Amino acid sequence: MDILNKISEHLQLGDDEKVRIFTKEAIKAKISPKEILNNGLIFGMDIIGKKYKAHEIFLPDVLLAAKAMYAGMDLLRPMFIKGGIPTIGKVVIGTVQGDLHDIGKNLVGIMLKGAGFEVIDLGNDVSPSEFIEIAKKEDASVIGMSALLTTTMPFMKIVIDLLKEERLIGKIKTIIGGAPVTEEFAREIGADAFGYDSINAIEKVKGLTGMT
Amino acid sequence: MRPVLRFLSDELIEKIVGEAREILCKLGVEIHNKDILFMLGEHGAKVEMDRYHVFLTDEIIESALKAVPKSFKLYDVLGNETHHFSDYNVYFTPGSAALNILDYETNEIRKPKTTDYVRYVKVVSQLDNIASQSTAFIPADVCEKISDSYRLYLSFLYCEKPVVTGTFTMEAFNIMKEFQVIIRGSKEELKSKPLTIFSCCPTSPIKWSNVTSQNVVDCANFSIPVEFVSMPLSGFMAPVTLVGTLIQHTAETLSGVVISQFTNPGTPILYGGSPAIFDVRYETTPMGAVETMMIDCAYNEIGKYLGMPTQGYISLSDSKQLDAQAGLESGVGATLAALCGINNISGPGMLDFESCQSLEKLVLDNEICGMTIHLLKGIEPKEDFPSLPRFQELLKEQHLLISEHTRRYLNEEFYFPGVVIDRASRTRWQEEGSITLLERAHGEVERIIKNYVSSRLQDDTKKELTKLMTEEAHLYGMRNLPEHE
Repeated sequence: MDILNKISEHLQLGDDEKVRIFTKEAIKAKISPKEILNNGLIFGMDIIGKKYKAHEIFLPDVLLAAKAMYAGMDLLRPMFIKGGIPTIGKVVIGTVQGDLHDIGKNLVGIMLKGAGFEVIDLGNDVSPSEFIEIAKKEDASVIGMSALLTTTMPFMKIVIDLLKEERLIGKIKTIIGGAPVTEEFAREIGADAFGYDSINAIEKVKGLTGMT
Repeated sequence: MRPVLRFLSDELIEKIVGEAREILCKLGVEIHNKDILFMLGEHGAKVEMDRYHVFLTDEIIESALKAVPKSFKLYDVLGNETHHFSDYNVYFTPGSAALNILDYETNEIRKPKTTDYVRYVKVVSQLDNIASQSTAFIPADVCEKISDSYRLYLSFLYCEKPVVTGTFTMEAFNIMKEFQVIIRGSKEELKSKPLTIFSCCPTSPIKWSNVTSQNVVDCANFSIPVEFVSMPLSGFMAPVTLVGTLIQHTAETLSGVVISQFTNPGTPILYGGSPAIFDVRYETTPMGAVETMMIDCAYNEIGKYLGMPTQGYISLSDSKQLDAQAGLESGVGATLAALCGINNISGPGMLDFESCQSLEKLVLDNEICGMTIHLLKGIEPKEDFPSLPRFQELLKEQHLLISEHTRRYLNEEFYFPGVVIDRASRTRWQEEGSITLLERAHGEVERIIKNYVSSRLQDDTKKELTKLMTEEAHLYGMRNLPEHE
């Protein structure tokens, strides 16, 4: 088994220690960091995503794999010029204003990172203007909003309305999610996508960023 | 702590048993088998041979109760232990012996064929929560005289699990016993490692036919375990009150214990039954009635009180389809039976008053059984004290999804049912095709059958069984057995 396969296999097992060891070996073997990232780490995470979707593994397995991925990425980070891991897109995420429930949003953040996105997590109780400002400042291509309360869901529409006002619709895409949020609501408020769980959210974000 | 449910106080059990014993001694029991009557007469019972009647004595009943084993084990066709009928251990067995099956394709209730039986055995061989097979229905494409032995033959051929079965005639016992001797290698080995349980049914009120009483004797002679299946019908062939029904059930079952233990002391038995209330509106015997389930649970308590492992036809449904009623009645029954500790719970897969098996229901019931078995683990601390470190970790990490504690206990603490049970979000469920319970269950049946791996029973043994079965078929005029792969 070549080193990249080993990285992918151990990542799928959630073994961060082994991923660290084989990533070091790959670096030593002069495999380019981009290849290690794409054909080792992200390749392994893609398989994990598919297995989770097919009910073959559970959420903790996915999170352990993501943790193992970070272990490899930490070693690769200094090797990239300009000090950053190349990403497949930048996503700003947060729980909307008035809402402190961030478990689902955190999961989406972990999964997005695992899929190779750069994630700027604004935390919870995030005002509509903060979503817009940070997305603009960071040149993010997607804003992800989460809500658990029906009373805070209208803030999602405010964010989208602000994007319209600033003529950013189309440039910055939006995805929403959370227990009371539905596909229908997403359509009503003009969101670009709706994710019903973390894996689905990643698929949708990939769609929004032209990855699929 | 294992949760336990009880319906009867010890005082009430003693009264019920006392009344049952008095019935057996003063009113007697009708046994249409002169050899048995003669045997009991020799042990001091008063026998009225002309009307097949025997009046037992307290000494006879006491002696039988002393001889009966408090527990016993079952072994699969390979000789591995699969069951230990003891205390509050619980095992599930598909309901038997249905005349019909529910056909998924046509949604009709119809007579089953050999191919249906093979599909059933392949499914049950892979259901984790169903520990034994039963000869669950009767293939209608062989002559009646071999329909009982033929079921058992197919079961042994395709599945390793031990079998709950029974004979329809006295003649069939021999070949059904011979199959087992062939698999085990000798009578002695069969005795030390039982492979089947035979259901033996008295007739209400307090009667034994020639065939069923002879079955009890035949099984005892080869130390083959039996389960007594007394079937009093409350309000019809038994008193309307549950206590009155229990008195009759106790009398009928104790008479079976006496026949068995006087034939061969120490023969393993299950104190079982299939009583029901009688629904005077429809003239039916609802197995899904809550009162039926209460009688089942209660006679199980009586059996335990008398020192015997138990069995019950419970966790089945009277519905004709795999619908909400089927789930309700099977789920409630399985839960009550397990909480009461009925050792062998017979029912999964069964519909329509024990007359129809459904493979789709069987895979659904397998999940009911799984949840029920999990329920019995109760609630126990697992590194929960002191709790402060766990909560410090939670507050720091904001979740415990990948904490060591979660990883260590996730699969032990939760039961994860298969795809038959829908736990997806509505959106995901819709995205995956809005598949109904029946469709999911059918998909699972087909997946299981596709994944079937042959029984590891030696090929030579299988050939020997086939030879014996073929000879038996010839005996009753069948030139060839139906094709089954």
